[in-house]
Amino acid sequence: MAHEPYLLPPPGADWRNLEAYRQIGGYEAARRAVHEMAPEQVIEEVKESGLRGRGGAGFSTGQKWSFMPKPGGPKPSYIACNGDESEPGTFKDRQILERNPHLLIEGLAIAGHAIGARAAYVYIRGEYTTAFHTLSAAIQQARDAGFLGERPFGIERPFDVYAMRGAGAYICGEETGMIESAEGKKGQPRKRPPFPAVYGLWGCPTTVNNVETMAQVASILRRGASWFKTLGMPTSTGHTLFGVSGHVERPGVYELPLGTTLREIIYEHAGGVRDGRALKAIIPGGVSMPVLSAEQVDVRMDHESLKQAGTLLGTGGIVVMDETACMVRAATVIARFFRHESCGQCTQCREGTGWFHKLLKRLDTGQGTMDDLATIDRVGGYMEGQTICALSDAAAWAATGFLRRFRPEFEAHVREGRCPLPESFRP
Amino acid sequence: MSALEISPSVREAIAEEVKKYPEPRSALLMALHFIQAEIGHVPVGIQRQVAELLGIRPIEVREVVTFYPMYHEHPVGRANIRVCVNIACALAGAREVVEGIEARLGIRPGERTADGAYSIEEVQCLGSCGTAVCVQVNNDPYIENVRPERLDDLLQTIG
Ligand SMILES: Cc1cc2nc3c(=O)[nH]c(=O)nc-3n(C[C@H](O)[C@H](O)[C@H](O)COP(=O)(O)O)c2cc1C
Ligand code: SF4
Repeated sequence: MAHEPYLLPPPGADWRNLEAYRQIGGYEAARRAVHEMAPEQVIEEVKESGLRGRGGAGFSTGQKWSFMPKPGGPKPSYIACNGDESEPGTFKDRQILERNPHLLIEGLAIAGHAIGARAAYVYIRGEYTTAFHTLSAAIQQARDAGFLGERPFGIERPFDVYAMRGAGAYICGEETGMIESAEGKKGQPRKRPPFPAVYGLWGCPTTVNNVETMAQVASILRRGASWFKTLGMPTSTGHTLFGVSGHVERPGVYELPLGTTLREIIYEHAGGVRDGRALKAIIPGGVSMPVLSAEQVDVRMDHESLKQAGTLLGTGGIVVMDETACMVRAATVIARFFRHESCGQCTQCREGTGWFHKLLKRLDTGQGTMDDLATIDRVGGYMEGQTICALSDAAAWAATGFLRRFRPEFEAHVREGRCPLPESFRP
Repeated sequence: MSALEISPSVREAIAEEVKKYPEPRSALLMALHFIQAEIGHVPVGIQRQVAELLGIRPIEVREVVTFYPMYHEHPVGRANIRVCVNIACALAGAREVVEGIEARLGIRPGERTADGAYSIEEVQCLGSCGTAVCVQVNNDPYIENVRPERLDDLLQTIG
C-alpha cells in the first residue's frame, strides 16, 4: 500500500513558500480551530488521535497539553518547541524545518490556541544554520499574512512564534535543559517536580513538544482524529519520519506509518545493505536506544513492538551496521559521545559515562579483561533511574545493550587481545 | 592591540533580539552567535560588554561561553573545520576524513595553522547522518557526503 505523505512535500514542490503552502489548504486548519473550536475541543481531538511525542519519550501529546493551566491565570503560558535534534542517528526535524516550516508554524498556532499560550519559542540546534533561516523567513511570512502577531486570524488574543538557536550541547534537547538554555543559561536540566507545565520558561507554565510532534497537529485537525488513527498501529498512530543512516544503499528520511517493519524500511526504502553485505546490527531510535541484532529485522517500528523486542522507538533514527562493523567499537564511539555530553550535575552520570568510555576503549584495543565486561553491567545498574535527567539512563542502555546483544564479540576481543574484525570502521 | 568592541550593527542586532523575550538574558546565546560571526571568537573583554548589554554579571556570560561547544573564548582558524565523528559519520569514514585534513594542513584537532587560516575540530553528531560524512566550516551550511578521497576539493571550496 502506498502511503500519501503529509509531513514532507513531494519532490519538486516548494512549500517553504507561503502561497504554495496555502494552495494545498495550509493554515485553514488553524483558522478553523481558532474561530470555531473551543480550546478543550482541540485538546480532545489531539488526545483522540492517539498522537504520541516524536522527541523520544512517546508521551501522549493531548494529555501533555491537558496538564497546562486554564487560560486566564496569573502567568502567561508558553510553548517550547524542541528542535535541538542532537540524538545521534536523528536528522528528521531538519527536514521539516528546511522543507515544510509552515506546517510546523500552523501546528504551533493550533497548539497555542489549545493551551492559551502567549508565544512559542522554537529552539533549534546552533549548527542548523539553514533550518534556522528557513524557519525565520517562514515566521515572517506568516506574520505578514496576519496568522501570527497581535491579532492572529483576526482574533483578540496575541500569539507569536520565535526561532532561537542553541550552541552545540546535546543536553539542551532534554526538556528542562532546553528551558534553561532558552533563558540564557548553561543547559543543565532541572529537578522535577515542578514539571514544565507548572514551572517552565521564565517560571511560567510551558509545554515542551518536539518539532515533528507539532508538525503532526495541523493534519490531525484538517482531516480528523479518526483519519489519523487509520495510519499506523492502535497505540502508535500516524506517520513518522524514519531517518536511516549507516551501511545502507540509500540513506535518508522516509515518511512511513508507525509499525512499518524494520525489514521494509531497510530493504525496500533504503535500498538494502550497501554492497550486498550481510546485515549485523540496527540501532532503532537514536543511539540512546538498545541495539538490535540482524535476526530481529522483522520487528515493527512502533512503541509496543520495540518494547517487546527489548528496546525503544526513541526518535526513529535508524543506524544500520553491516557484517564488517565492530560492535565494541560502535559502543565505544557512542560512549565517547555520552561522556562528552554529560552535563556533570549527577555523580552517577558524570563518573559512569567516563567509566564506560574508558572500559570500552580498553576492550576495543584488545587490552580489556572479562572483569571489565562485568563492570560495564554493574556501572550500568548504578546509572539507571537515579539522576536528574535521562541522559544517564540512555548512556547505560546503549552500553549494556551492545554488551547484552553481542557478548561473544566482546569476549572475543578479550580472548584474542585484539579486534577480530580487521575491516571495521575506525573510531 | 586595540581592545575589541562590539560593533554598532551587532549591538543593534542584539537589541532587536532582546525584544523577543520577557527577559533580556534570554538573548544571550543569540548575542554570542552574532559576535562570533563577526569576530570569530568571544574574548573575555567582549563578554563583559555583553553582560552589560543584557544586565547580567560577566561570570554568567563566561559560564555560557565555556559550557557550549560552539563558542570559542580564544581565536580559532578563520575557517574552523568541524568534522562529525559520531556513529553514522564514523561508519562512513570520518576518521579517514580527519586524518586527511590533518595531513594536508599539518595540524591536529584543537590546533590552528600558523597563518591563522585553518583550525580543525572533532565534533559530535551534526544531525546529518543520512549524508555522512558531514563537515561544517564555522557556522556555514553543512558540507555533506564528504569522502576521504576528495578532500582536496573540499579544502579548495573552503579556502
Ligand atoms: C538527554 C536527552 C536529550 C534529548 N534530546 C531531544 C531532542 O534533541 N529533541 C527532542 O525533541 N527531544 C529530546 N529529548 C526529549 C525531551 O526531553 C522531551 O521529552 C521532548 O522534547 C518532548 O516532546 P514530545 O512529547 O513532542 O516528544 C531529549 C531527552 C533527553 C533525556
Ligand atoms: S543525568 Fe547526566 S546529563 Fe542529566 S542532569 Fe544528571 S549529569 Fe546532567
